[in-house]
Amino acid sequence: MARDDVKTGYKLIGTRPNRPDGLDKVTGRARYGADFSLPGMLWAAVVRSPHAHARIVKIDASKALALEGVKAVVTRADLPTGLTGEDLNLQDNTLAGDRALYDGHAVAAVAATSQLLAQDAARLIEVEYEVLPHVTDVDAAIAPDAPVIRPGVADYSVPEGMHGNVARYMEFGHGDVEAGFAAADVVREHTYRTEATHQGYIEPHAAVGQLGEDGRGEMWVCTQGHWYIRRMSAAVLGIEAANLRVTPSEIGGGFGGKTTIFMEPLTLALSKKAGGRPVKLVMSRSEVLRATGPTASASMDVKIGMKKDGTITAGQVYFRMQGGAFPGMSPIGEALPCAFACYDIPALKHEGIEIITNRPKAAAYRAPGSPMAAFAVESMIDELCRELNLDPIEVRLKNGAKNGSKSSYGPVYDVIGLQETLQAARAHPNYSIPLGPNQGRGVASGFWFNHGGETSVSLAIGEDGTATVSVGTPDIGGSRASIGLMVAEHLGIPYENVRVNVVETGALGVNEPTHGSRATFASGKAAIEAANQAIREMCRRAAAEWGIEPEAVEWRDGAAHPAGPNAGKHPPMTIGEIGAKMGSTGGPISGHHEVTAGGYGASFGTHVVDVEVDPETGRTTVLRYLVVQDAGTAIHPAYVEGQYQGGAAQGIGWALNEEYIYGPDGRLQNPVFLDYRIPVASDLPMIDTVIIEVPNPGHPYGVRGVGETGITPPLPAIASAIAGATGVRIRSLPCSPPKVLAAIKAAKG
Amino acid sequence: MSKIHVTATVNGDPVEFLADPRETLLDALRNHLDLTGTKEGCGTGDCGACSVTVDGTLVCSCLMLAAEANGKRVETIEGMAKEELHPLQRKFIEHAALQCGFCTPGILVAAKALLERNPDPTDTEIRYWLAGNLCRCTGYDKIVRAVQDAAAEMRQDHRGAA
Amino acid sequence: MARVHLWASLRRFAEGQEVVEVEAATVGQMLDALVKAHPGLAPAVAAGLSVAVDGEVIANNRAAPVKPDSEVYLLQRLKGG
Repeated sequence: MARDDVKTGYKLIGTRPNRPDGLDKVTGRARYGADFSLPGMLWAAVVRSPHAHARIVKIDASKALALEGVKAVVTRADLPTGLTGEDLNLQDNTLAGDRALYDGHAVAAVAATSQLLAQDAARLIEVEYEVLPHVTDVDAAIAPDAPVIRPGVADYSVPEGMHGNVARYMEFGHGDVEAGFAAADVVREHTYRTEATHQGYIEPHAAVGQLGEDGRGEMWVCTQGHWYIRRMSAAVLGIEAANLRVTPSEIGGGFGGKTTIFMEPLTLALSKKAGGRPVKLVMSRSEVLRATGPTASASMDVKIGMKKDGTITAGQVYFRMQGGAFPGMSPIGEALPCAFACYDIPALKHEGIEIITNRPKAAAYRAPGSPMAAFAVESMIDELCRELNLDPIEVRLKNGAKNGSKSSYGPVYDVIGLQETLQAARAHPNYSIPLGPNQGRGVASGFWFNHGGETSVSLAIGEDGTATVSVGTPDIGGSRASIGLMVAEHLGIPYENVRVNVVETGALGVNEPTHGSRATFASGKAAIEAANQAIREMCRRAAAEWGIEPEAVEWRDGAAHPAGPNAGKHPPMTIGEIGAKMGSTGGPISGHHEVTAGGYGASFGTHVVDVEVDPETGRTTVLRYLVVQDAGTAIHPAYVEGQYQGGAAQGIGWALNEEYIYGPDGRLQNPVFLDYRIPVASDLPMIDTVIIEVPNPGHPYGVRGVGETGITPPLPAIASAIAGATGVRIRSLPCSPPKVLAAIKAAKG
Repeated sequence: MSKIHVTATVNGDPVEFLADPRETLLDALRNHLDLTGTKEGCGTGDCGACSVTVDGTLVCSCLMLAAEANGKRVETIEGMAKEELHPLQRKFIEHAALQCGFCTPGILVAAKALLERNPDPTDTEIRYWLAGNLCRCTGYDKIVRAVQDAAAEMRQDHRGAA
Repeated sequence: MARVHLWASLRRFAEGQEVVEVEAATVGQMLDALVKAHPGLAPAVAAGLSVAVDGEVIANNRAAPVKPDSEVYLLQRLKGG
């Protein structure tokens, strides 16, 4: 697995030092979104639609405003008009316009001197609704009799004749699928469904905002990307981005759900109306579940042809995905290219549509689209493997993508690690443990593109030879530790001598959020370039002291050394010595790098799971779980394992328990953690991990993003393990006990 | 509605505050006493992020009214480290048993309560004890390992001291 | 000339062509040339596209280089979690 052209033999990379924010987080000192308070601060509450679809006839806030201590109410009438495109969608979601589009849609907000008073006042705001027909199910929304909920929503891509709730259409592929199916020994075709799930971060959205009548303001907010918060909030409120300073708090989980705005601009709008007093708004859990996130629900037709020897001859999918009441939010554009991304198949056809429903505006969720696509395609491949009595790993090794394979979505893969993950999964002891009665084993692979994106990083050398790194990507899972390790390795100084800070919007150029598995990759890559710039300057300072050319100085082990035949003999000048003198040798030494980072390597993983299904109740117990994934280079292996384990746990929740349940009235029926059941400690076994390292040529230390792929394989792997245990195939997630039990009973006749 | 005068002991310190009768202990800790280490994840007793002990009993502070704390001894995450970190706190850092860290205060308080009752728990006992503390980041693997390692160290120290 | 592969449902905006050859040194020039040759593609480009140039996926960078013999694939704008 090692490559000759990639540097190895690191001093720090690959070690497991304590994370710099660990102490604050185990003592309760770390400050999250709801932990900020300011003098004179007000509290806000939001009035939300109880209807899935309704015209807003009248809003009367007079009783609320009459309460002593109530300082401001905002409705859509307080926001600027004339917005278009996604800015208008964001504004429509922040506060409903003439229509509430889903259960939980914000209609008004109020600020008062205490949280309880704000909640009391919100209950006194009277909203008159005219209830309109609604639809929440992805397939029901394109039935002929379904109400068209947003006329004119279709974009350029939708051919004429499609249902009025279709917003987007896409088709791509290669080869002759009909000839491929004709060449197969077995062709199977089924429909698979996944329900919407929520990112489920434990920290609800929270922000403190302050906006003066001069249009200048500040916000403290939990977010994956504070420049996105700034741009979107400024657009919704019609203020200038530069006049809004946004400082990110520590973030209590995001998983894609904190890459956009929901209620954040309301703190600013209320503050301005309340004479510039700061306003705090913290969502309740039911507000989080009703009105933020979630991911799409999907209905997916899959057809695959296979020869008796396991060769896949052709594949075809038609995906229907709904991303709520707003266009452009379903991950159809990601799900389709992910569907067969793990394979090299001669003929493929992908088609898909995005559908509008009366559900909340979907947000990104960990590898958006890929888990649903994997559930459909990997389940179908497992069904064919079982029918033809083939080993699922052998079939994947045979058909799996390799270096130089043409991907299912067009371009050719460079250096990828799918085959290595399959080989390691096959060799792992978990793959040969004998299974008992009612037990089954499932295998699936998964893919994510990864991402680079807009990145701006600064690095400054201290007077004592330490280094401060300023990044714009909030640290969710240990990225300050991994970036610190890379910078320390690069500068040749101890890890403890590097401090990485996540800084506010005024301190750096625009950064994209921590999304797309990019923080360690992109901020790390930019930090290394910033370090290179500082190293060049430090070499120049040493050269000037020594009276030689800068080119005759090289940097290693935290010091400038004379190099080359004419450099002369000088003792090394350490970073500490250079830092101590920098004021008198030309001034502060820093480095800075800005880039839209490319070169992120694609990410692949393979999971193996064993389950036992109780035939009396249909309850599935996960007995053991193995994640094998390519990390490129694992900078801090403990946090790479953490990403693998956390992704797997979320995927297991999606497979077994989690789902948005809407009633016939279009209201979300399970907006609390008791009923929206994410995995608890007693639901899970230890999650075994194997880190494969196929270095990414696009990063100086070979890093690939590791955050997202891990959520993808559990959906099909669990369903396939259940099929092994029970003989019945669940093609509609979640594999909840009643559904599994009903399937077992139906199979028995 | 008139407010209720509450006196209590929090992390060994005497405190007093005026509580709205509807206010929870969690709200009082966070908003009256500035002890923001205790977190609200759900407000319905499902996630455990607000775990504290009251007279030694592990409770969700979001399910207890602030007025009920009158005369009680409350321990929160802020009181866990004395001169040094509690072994659980140290082992959570060493084992990378936290990612975002939001659930961590509640899990540490709950795990401490477990080890005070059961110094040598099995993995299963740890998992069932912590089943009321949701973590969305870690998959619990490293949390269980950190609790086991801390328990082993505490047993060692206890034997050493005896 | 770089060869730009259109996904199937885009081809109806480019007289059914699967591959459009354009003269371009950057992704930005490539997109501009595409729209100039086939104005029907303008809404797709305006909606936001990711591209893959010789295997490397470029989410959003008009300055990324395109070589005369590059194979370019258009993709929908990719989001990440």
